[in-house]
Amino acid sequence: MRVIALHVGVLAALFLVQFVLPDYHHLALTRVMLLAIYAMGYNMLFGYTGLLSLGHAMFFAAGLYVAGMTAYYTDLGVPLAFLIGICCGAALSLVIGVIALRTTGVAFMIVTMMFGQVAYLTITYFTDYTRGEEGLTMPTSARSFDLLGLHVDLTNAVQRYNLALGLLALTLLVIFVVVRGPIGRVLIAIRENETRTLMLGFDTFRMKLGALVLSGTISAMAGAAYGLMFAYVGSTFATIQYSIEALLFTLLGGAGTVLGPLLGSILMFYMIDITSEYTQAYLLVTGVALVVLVLFFPKGILGTIRERWLPWLP
Amino acid sequence: MASVSLLSTKGLSRHFGGLKAVDNVDFTIIEGEIRALIGPNGAGKTTFVSLLAGRIAPSAGSIEFLGKDITDRPAHKRVRDGIAYTFQITSIYPTLTVFDNVALSAQSALRRHPGSKRSDIAEKAHEALGRVGLADRKGEKAGTMAYGHQRLLEVAMGLALEPKLLILDEPTQGLSDSEIESFCRLVKEIATSATVLLIEHNMPVVMQLADTITVLNHGQILAEGSPSDIRANAAVQAAYLGTG
Repeated sequence: MRVIALHVGVLAALFLVQFVLPDYHHLALTRVMLLAIYAMGYNMLFGYTGLLSLGHAMFFAAGLYVAGMTAYYTDLGVPLAFLIGICCGAALSLVIGVIALRTTGVAFMIVTMMFGQVAYLTITYFTDYTRGEEGLTMPTSARSFDLLGLHVDLTNAVQRYNLALGLLALTLLVIFVVVRGPIGRVLIAIRENETRTLMLGFDTFRMKLGALVLSGTISAMAGAAYGLMFAYVGSTFATIQYSIEALLFTLLGGAGTVLGPLLGSILMFYMIDITSEYTQAYLLVTGVALVVLVLFFPKGILGTIRERWLPWLP
Repeated sequence: MASVSLLSTKGLSRHFGGLKAVDNVDFTIIEGEIRALIGPNGAGKTTFVSLLAGRIAPSAGSIEFLGKDITDRPAHKRVRDGIAYTFQITSIYPTLTVFDNVALSAQSALRRHPGSKRSDIAEKAHEALGRVGLADRKGEKAGTMAYGHQRLLEVAMGLALEPKLLILDEPTQGLSDSEIESFCRLVKEIATSATVLLIEHNMPVVMQLADTITVLNHGQILAEGSPSDIRANAAVQAAYLGTG
């Protein structure tokens, strides 16, 4: 009961805060919510299943590029572009999963990182279509759409904010249902002791593949939404920094907690935002903060809170 | 009473390079019995049961379970068929609660019964915990329990799988004398609903529990028979004591 209250409360707070936020933070929070969805997708694989991927930017970028380029080059419209982006992300994660999940541990990190680099290089290779680092800016025709009789204007900050919030709520619900149910229990069991889980009669490969596809699909959805809402797709989103960012958001907030990635995304974003006002060495500050975190709170903020005070936290 | 073969192997072998860990073993276990598998260190006992459970693949030979060839069946499917394996080194989930540990087994077993509900998992988990006497510890973190209790949890996880064949790999290792005594009672109780294959070093336990004993040495079956036969067997004494 209190678990549901907490999650509904967080979503309600995010809804209400839009009425008091100044424009700058309003926009920032929209971005952060989309990045949080990406991190939540990442957490599904890393936090719950125990697989550390260093190539998740490829799923984000798959959603971003496929949705963005569909909107840019065709007249299928924004909603369809969004869906196609998600589907391609799902298909990509299935293919990558079948190959990469033959490995575990460090080898899995390296294989996913290599696939991530391949994705990045593929995008820059086809510069004629993707415009590489310069990127593509969405045409006016892709800035608004009609869906179910509603006219949605993506240049309108309020609509954008609430769309992002809606997607965040949807992701939260899906992840919540999955990890609190029997599937989540098996995924956590795989994280804790895969051999034992296999010997309890679970097909661990299929479970891991399922987790990876869900994770990749959520990441792709975040990417598709990001590209379409902010009208820009570029190859920087496919770089390894974006893969690592998802990992850092998750570590900061607490891997294996439902709300951790959201909290981590907000904190990390503002940590960089605030320190960069004072110094150019803002990444140093961030780095030191992360070292302190890993040394003293290896389970992240919510992970530590759960361990010490609130064992019921999902 | 006609004895029904539950599991049998033919020419089962597993070689690690030049080492014949399990070498051409023909073995049959009868439904309902408690079978002990003994032998000196390095005789190939754990390798042999790992072959039965599907944790490693054989180099040659075949395994039959309930009349079906399962030689190439992956480990997780054998568990669903009814072969449960408990680890020699306690292999529970230390960070999860006792209840969640067993619930995972229960969940696995209940997939065989379509239409089962989530509450069935809890019920089944409680039942297994009750059988080993851990019901009042279900909320504890498994890793914080005493070693003897962790071993019992391991057995409860095996039980909740509803096995037809329960393989216990050195279950009394590290237990105190009083714990061993209650453990023997537990194994006898388990044997009323499942066939038990027991790897054990503790001879009093073996003599007390086993209906039949199989002695493995250098990967081969050295002797097989009732506890009194084995006790009197000169070859077995030689293998253990190194004389003769």
